Parts: sequence; structure tokens; C-alpha cells
Amino acid sequence: MQPTFKQWLASGSPFIWLNAGAVALSMIMVVGLLALIAVEGLGHFWPGNLADFSYTESDGASGRLLGEINDEEVVARAILPENDSRLDAAGPVIKRYLVKTGNRDLTGSDFRWVLMPAMSAMEYPVDAIAIERREWGNFYGYLDGVKGTEGVSSDSGDLWGRFQAEIEYANATSLEIRRIEKDLIGAINYKIERLRLDERRLEIEGTNDPDILAAIREQEKELQRQYDGLTARLPDLYAGLNRSVFLMRTADGAQVEMPIGKIVRAYRPNDMGFLRKAAFYVRKLWEFVSDEPREANTEGGIFPAIFGTVLMVMIMAVIVTPFGVIAALYLREYAKQGLLTRLIRIAVNNLAGVPSIVYGVFGLGFFVYFIGGSIDQLFFPEALPNPTFGTPGLIWASLTLALLTVPVVIVATEEGLARVPREIREGSLALGATKAETLWRTVLPMTASAIMTGMILAIARAAGEVAPLMLVGVVKLAPSLPLDMNFPFLHLERKFMHLGFHIYDVGFQSPNVEAARPLVYATSLLLVIIIVILNLTAIQIRNRLREKYRAAEQN
Amino acid sequence: MQLNRIDQAPDGMNEEIQRPAENRAAADQELRTHAVDLGALTQSSTRLTLADESLCIGVRDFNLHYANNQALKQINMVIPEKRVTAFIGPSGCGKSTLLRCFNRMNDLIDSVCIDGEITLHDQNIYDRAVNVAELRRRIGMVFQKPNPFPKSIYENVAYGLRIQGINARATLDQVVENSLRRAALWDEVKDRLDDNALGLSGGQAQRLVIARAIAIEPEVVLLDEPCSALDPISTLKIEELIYELKEDYTIVIVTHNMQQAARVSDYTAYMYLGELIELNDTSTLFTNPKQKMTEDYITGRYG
Repeated sequence: MQPTFKQWLASGSPFIWLNAGAVALSMIMVVGLLALIAVEGLGHFWPGNLADFSYTESDGASGRLLGEINDEEVVARAILPENDSRLDAAGPVIKRYLVKTGNRDLTGSDFRWVLMPAMSAMEYPVDAIAIERREWGNFYGYLDGVKGTEGVSSDSGDLWGRFQAEIEYANATSLEIRRIEKDLIGAINYKIERLRLDERRLEIEGTNDPDILAAIREQEKELQRQYDGLTARLPDLYAGLNRSVFLMRTADGAQVEMPIGKIVRAYRPNDMGFLRKAAFYVRKLWEFVSDEPREANTEGGIFPAIFGTVLMVMIMAVIVTPFGVIAALYLREYAKQGLLTRLIRIAVNNLAGVPSIVYGVFGLGFFVYFIGGSIDQLFFPEALPNPTFGTPGLIWASLTLALLTVPVVIVATEEGLARVPREIREGSLALGATKAETLWRTVLPMTASAIMTGMILAIARAAGEVAPLMLVGVVKLAPSLPLDMNFPFLHLERKFMHLGFHIYDVGFQSPNVEAARPLVYATSLLLVIIIVILNLTAIQIRNRLREKYRAAEQN
Repeated sequence: MQLNRIDQAPDGMNEEIQRPAENRAAADQELRTHAVDLGALTQSSTRLTLADESLCIGVRDFNLHYANNQALKQINMVIPEKRVTAFIGPSGCGKSTLLRCFNRMNDLIDSVCIDGEITLHDQNIYDRAVNVAELRRRIGMVFQKPNPFPKSIYENVAYGLRIQGINARATLDQVVENSLRRAALWDEVKDRLDDNALGLSGGQAQRLVIARAIAIEPEVVLLDEPCSALDPISTLKIEELIYELKEDYTIVIVTHNMQQAARVSDYTAYMYLGELIELNDTSTLFTNPKQKMTEDYITGRYG
């Protein structure tokens, strides 16, 4: 006999289908999201082949274009201009390609859409060169000759090999310049600034001990001498960047001079097999995660943003965990349960629902201006009117996020405390332990896994926040990392870069939209991966703890 | 509510009497006859009298209220030193509450208020000057359910000493071994002292908890139904242990099991609805109770 609809309903199977459907849908969305950002983001680093083709412009002029075909789409004839002679023979739909033509300094844009009917004579010449430059984006063209110290030569013997060798030399030189300018001279500047502040402090305190002042002068002179010694080496190095200039030719025949100092790397994608492309891809990917950004964040890597994100989250966790645990201990263990504790719990839970930008505003007003300003007045008067802590920085961002996530830790810890059986507490008390000893020695260790759960949730929330950070310490481009070799090594007052803000900045504030788009995806992917890594680490620790105490909770 | 409990109690008691594994000869015999000859179970052949004993704990005019509900009424009693005193009575009669008053465990419950006094060697334990943690070191307690801490066996036993700031490894080793030996657990766990105590069986865990309690050398050990969650073999071991321990400690045990009270205790107190009905040496109480209510309870006619 067929079961009736009611029986089918009562059997529970529609409900099971509904549950399974919901899970399946969630899975599809998560996997789809990750796949989308992975494909869009990771494809960017693959060296695409360079197509060289003839193109007829709308005014009838014809020329050749060289570039990487990035995208294609089919559009209706109707949306294109009517009186376009190139499209006379075309049907109702027309295919068009997005070509990365580079050469922004020459043509004004990196990308252009080209209509398929206007293209002809497409080829993939093996000697087509893609050059990543320090400025103006990529250059696509051909290598013609070299203008070295011995004059112009177009000796084709091993021009390419020489080109690569010169680029390597230029890169090594650039690295050395960077090391001198940023690390060595940076450190000296830092010390000189500290000496200046020491002097100023003495002036404010009214101590005019000539010996001390003389010592400061002496140190200053010493530093100045080191500085001069370093800067003396720079002109030679800079000259090295221009020691040879290569002659390049664009697809339509224009001659361009390319000093080696402007080149990051050059490669011939049409000449590369799959394995060489794969190796190139890995190098590019590594550069992306390990290098500093160039060209308004659209080129180079995002290492400072990764570093800033992780450091900020870790400082946040270090602040929020003890704070939340102590608050939860008081609420659950010491406070007399009643109306007041209920109200506090409600307030704490509502704190978690306040929009994060509000925390940003609060952090700016309270932490940065009030606390930071007061710290400056009290401890850094010598630097005023320049703020030291009274300006957005790493510590204030971490504190603001700690405030944002403290409800999560409190709630999780309270639940953990509630799960510790009364028998265990009584057992400890009956052995002559005071309440505090019982909490420290028995209850808190058993709550450790719940505390870790709270921390995991807090980290997940904090790593994804952007809005409040814009107000309390994140910048588009930080000149230096908050952790370096200059005493006191961890500079909590410094501004820092953050992956979430980086996504926003590259996506919305970049002048070069098409170039920025894949970076938005790649950065998003990285942010997701970092959050996953942070969480997995915390979960791993928690599971260990849970293993240890699980049996006690089941009793 | 209270009436209900009284109604149910005889059933519960029958259940206890009919426990199949109470396989001591005397218990078997009693099972068969279903007649009550609890006096035959008592170990002391000579009659003890309270007057001869030295006083350990004294309770005078003691009342305890939970919010609006009076749980203990005008209790007056003495607990003799280095003897086993058992509290028996139906559920809800206040025997556990009274036991927990001896080491002030009831302080943890907000709604409790008390009057009267309890003395430990003539010192009122409810005096303001008394340090509760110090008191609990002198009066140890073992609970109904074994409650080892989620630490190693060693650390469980050493816990009380560490609380007192004793961390010298040699001292701890000595005390841990002695306590475990006295709790008849040493041979079973000596090779795995660093294992988590949660891996022990119920009976072992309860003996561990007793070892933990005696490690800090208390004067009194309170046992709150220590065998109610254990199987008969473990129960037997714990009972033997109690017999050993009374050489050195004053022991107060709450039990639902009258055979157990008869087997292990020197004195037995019968409580009913928050009142102490009768306190006497065990064989007298079971063979020749002075109160009708006691007689009814121990013969199973009560209710």
C-alpha cells in the first residue's frame, strides 16, 4: 500500500532531505566561493602567450598590437556604434577580446578591448618579450639591440643572454641600494632621531649637563659619519643601474630605450614550455607572498600586509584571552548571580552585535586620542607636537579588535566554566584548597579547551575585520614593518598594512582596474588561507587539551 | 513531596536488601530469610558505650535551613574519636546535609543558614575566626561519585600537599606511596602513576579519592555514600579499607545500605525528617533499638 502524504511527512524523510539539502547547499556555496577566488586569483600569475596581430582601428587606420589575451566575451552588434565599417560583414553577435597590451607610458592604458572582425594575421612570435618594469607596468615588444658603454650594437649573437645577465646585475644592484637606503641608513636615521629626542627631553627637563650634551653630539657626529660613508656609495650604484640601455621595439615599430635599472624581469612566454612556465609561475607566486608591493600595490607582493594581519591578530589574541577569561571568571564564579549579572551578560552579548565601525570610532576617540594622547603627554613629551602613541597604530588596532571580540571569549569561557562538574570543585575544596586555588589548579585547566574555542572564534572574527581598522591604524602603504632590528624591535605604535584593507584598497582605490582585479581575488584567497591556518593551529591546540580533559566532563 | 519520598523509601530499601552480589554469608542468610538480623552483621562483639569514648565532634542545638525549608532540626550528637559512625535514614532525612556541615561544605550554597554549634575538639567550627580551608584539611571528605581530577594519579594524591606549598619531590613521593598503600591501591597503580586518573575504574577511582583525602593527614574522614556508585567487589574493598582506617582516623559515613552500616560502623545514628532519632552503638541499635521509629526502619516496616 502506498503511504499517504501524512505518513510520508511523519516518517521524517522529507525533513532529512531538507537537512541534507541545507548542508549540501552550504557546501556548494563554500566550495564555489573558494574555487572562484582561487581560479580568478591564481590564474593571474601564469605567463600567458603573447599574440601579435594586425588591427584595424575604427577610423580605418591599421597597425599591429602585441599583448596577452586575458578575457573574451560575446556582445550584441546592436550595442556597438552603428557606423563602424569594420563590422559591416559581421553577424548579430560579435566576439571581442580583452588584451593586455601593456606599454602604458606609450599608449596611456594597459588593457584594451579589441573586436574580433578587426583582427587579422595573428601569430605568436617566439621572440616576443614581456618585461616587468619598476614603473608603468608591463612592456611588450621585441629586443633590437643594446646601447652599452661601447656604443650601439645589434649583434644578435647572444643578445638575449646578455640582456638577462644585465637584468640580473641590475636587480642585485637594486637590492644593494635598497639594503643601504632602507636598512642601514634607516637604522642610522632611527638612531639620530632618538638622539634628537634625548636632547629634546633633556631640554624639557631643564638639565643642561654639558657632558651629556657633548656625548650626544659625539654620537651624532659618529652616526653622521657612518651616514656619509653609506651615501657615498650610492651614486656609483645608481650609475650601475644605467650602465647599459637596451633598445626595444614595440609591435607597431616604435623604438624605446630601456635602461636596465627599470626592469624587474624579462621573459619570452611564447618560447617557454609548460615546465618553464610552471617554474615561472611558482616564482611569481612566491614573490606575491614574500615581496613588498610596488606601483600603488598593483604589482609586487603583499608580504607587509600578511605580516601586519598575523601580528595584529596575535597581539589581539594575547590581549583578549586573559581579559575575557578573567571577566568570565568573575561573572560566573565570584559575582552573586542576580539581576546585575544578568544585565551585564545581556550587555556583553549585545556588545557582540554592535557594528564594527562603531568600535573603530570608539577606538579612535578613546584609545588613540585619549589614551594615546595621554601617553604622549606623560612619556613622550620630547617628540611633541609629533604624536608617538597618539596616532593610529598597531597597538590601538589590536586593542580595538580585542574589545570587539571580548564578548565571544567571555561567553565561551562562561560555558566552559559551567561545564566543570560540581564534584570536581568540591573535591578540591574538601582537600583544603581555597576557591582561588581550586579555580587555578583544577577548574581553569579544565576550561582550557572552551577558552581556546572562544579564542578561535575571536581570531576568526578579528582577522576578517576591516572597517574599524581603517580608523585605528591600517594604512595603504606602511613604510616599515612593525617588527625590525631597531630597538625595541616590536614597534607597537607603528601603522601597519592589513590584507582586508589591502583588498579594499586595490579593488576600489586603484587607478588600474583591470590589473587590480586578479590581485583582489589573489589577496582574498590569501586572507582566507591565513585565517584557516590560524584557526587550524588553534583547533589543533584545543583538541589536544580536550583530549586530556574530556573524560572528566563526561562524568 | 516529602510524603512521597517516605512512601517510596521502603521499596528502595528492599532493592538494596535484594542486591544479588552482597555475597557475604551473613547477608546471604538474611536474604533468604528476609528476616532482619542486622545485629549479626556487626563486627564488634563487645558492646561499646559512648560514655567511654573521647569526643571528636560535638553538635549542639544545630538547625539548618535551606531558604524556607528546615533541613536539620535541633540536632544534638557526639561523634567519638577513632571510631566509625554511620548515619542511616531514608532519603531526604538530612544525613548528608549534616555530614557536609562538619567540614562546612554547605557554605558553598548561598541559601543555607544555620544556628547552633558544631565543635571539633571543643572548638566551634562555625566561629568567625576559623579558616575554612584549614578546617577542611583537618576534616577530609569523600563523595558519593568518585571525583578524581583530570590529572595524573600521582598529582591527584599530591594535590592537597601542593596546595599547602609542599613541592619537594622526595616528600611527595613518600606521601603518595604511603597514601596509595593505605588505600589498598598501590599495587594496582604503582606502574602507572603518571597516567591520567580518569582511566581508573570506579572502585579504583574511589580508593584514589580516599588516598587523596588521607594524604593530607586529616583528623576526620567524612564519607558521603562512598559505595553507592560502585559494584559489590569494589564496595567490599572500600569497606575493608574503612576498617583499616579507623585505627588512625575518626570516620563518619553516610549510607543507604543498612548492611553496610552494620558491617563497618561502631556507632550508628538514625535520622528521620531532619531529626536525630537515635544514636547508639551499632549492635545495640540494630538488635535492640530504643525508639519505635528506628525499629520500624531497620525492620523494613516503616512508612
